[in-house]
Amino acid sequence: MKYAILIYETPEEFAERDDEALRGAYWGAYTAYGQSLGQGGVAAGGAGLLPPSTATTLRLRGGSRQVVDGPYAETKEQLGGFFLIEASDLDAALDWAAKCPAATRGAIEVRPVMSM
Amino acid sequence: MEPAERVARESYGRLVAWLAARTRDVAAAEDALSEAFAAALRTWPQTGPPDNPEAWLFAAAKRRLIDAARRRAVAHAGEDRLALAMEEIEEDMAAAHDMPDRRLGLMFACAHPAIDPGVRTALMLQTVLGLNADRIAAAFLVEPAAMGQRLVRAKRKIRDSGVPFSIPEPALWPARITAVLDAIYAAFAEGWIDADGADGERRALAEEAIWLGRVLARAAPQEPEALGLLALMLHLEARRGARRDGAGAFVPLGAQDCALWNEPMIVEAERTLFAAAARRRVGRFQLEAAIQSAHAARRRLGATDWAAIVSIYDALVALTGSPVARLNRAAAQAQAAGAAAALEDLDALAGELDDYQPYWALRAHLLEAVGRDGEARAAYGEGIAREHDAAVVRYLKEKAARLTATVEDRP
Repeated sequence: MKYAILIYETPEEFAERDDEALRGAYWGAYTAYGQSLGQGGVAAGGAGLLPPSTATTLRLRGGSRQVVDGPYAETKEQLGGFFLIEASDLDAALDWAAKCPAATRGAIEVRPVMSM
Repeated sequence: MEPAERVARESYGRLVAWLAARTRDVAAAEDALSEAFAAALRTWPQTGPPDNPEAWLFAAAKRRLIDAARRRAVAHAGEDRLALAMEEIEEDMAAAHDMPDRRLGLMFACAHPAIDPGVRTALMLQTVLGLNADRIAAAFLVEPAAMGQRLVRAKRKIRDSGVPFSIPEPALWPARITAVLDAIYAAFAEGWIDADGADGERRALAEEAIWLGRVLARAAPQEPEALGLLALMLHLEARRGARRDGAGAFVPLGAQDCALWNEPMIVEAERTLFAAAARRRVGRFQLEAAIQSAHAARRRLGATDWAAIVSIYDALVALTGSPVARLNRAAAQAQAAGAAAALEDLDALAGELDDYQPYWALRAHLLEAVGRDGEARAAYGEGIAREHDAAVVRYLKEKAARLTATVEDRP
């Protein structure tokens, strides 16, 4: 089955991305994680997202656009990116999720990808 | 239970596990299986039962699964894949006589952390034992439609999220087996609440839980806690006939007539607990069973060794830290060392079990024993307000009334 590993990060983690002292460790952890997915033969895609401050949310109501600044939901943790993986079952997917750098501070949501 | 029903019960969960092994579609497997059982009821009386009823049922259910996939107009490739997967399963099945019971994997799926804890017990009763949603709803005192929906949702989650039907790896085993044990014990506890026989569905639930406990103990005999749970349930169930008097009034354990206990069930419980202890890995259910075993010894010794029971509770409290275990330890302590000592233990629990009837009942009893009647009366009132079992409410009211009477008798 194909699963999406949705990475929800804390504001501190988003801040580390551009922090002189911390960015090396931050990006190093994600590079290593991406490589381990590749070496494990499960990598099937993914993307990192710019911080929630860059988000714009749109609704179409009665034919008119309502466009607002900010992410869809104002929660402490925000979607920071995702990986797509191929895993035999939910337990295997959860094992990969547990290795994601954000698992210890933010949260990882694991969702099956629709088969088309 | 009829012999045919027994075979069906014994095979049900195994067949669901086999049929849903590849697709993880428990609902489709159950539909196909119920049609296969109906076909068996039609044809077996004429042809005689087949040599291997389970294989016959699997083959019949398999054909129906494939037919159902065809009816849903799944792409031909999908249907072929399903047929192929079923052939593979049939080969596995033929070669699987020595494999661990497939029902164990099904139990792990039902109690998977991805499944809502509130539906795990019901899901297990349905998929492993074949209980229908109406019966489960009646036993859990919920609306059949609501129970049906929760079960449907849980089965969809298993199918769509890829919850595995497998035995978890060693690192995950302790947490996962605990979830399975908890789900089984929850069924037993539901069936235990109402012992006066007014509600057959609830009482039957305790028997279903014991059946699940036996399945688990056979499938995972290396797991001492599975044996411990079975021993605990058997010990408690052995006393069912003694928990109410002829008039349906509640009889506390200490006042029960041992002659009314089910001796063969106690013997089986003791044998099971002994087998668990041989594994040399203690756990919550083994300790709880050991406490019940110490109570059961009264039928041979004529008295209860309360000091021994307190020391087992000490181990249980050290292991679990559970406030309920501390409460029960205090109750044993009252017998071993007197009400004043037990009351001190209970004071240390203040605030942790305010919504729990047995806390108030014990508190009232101990306050009464040390002569603090006013506080005792208030505590009985708190307990009565939190109890749902009518016989227990009557028992508490009588105790409170006796207390009131003694108070008024005083000059």
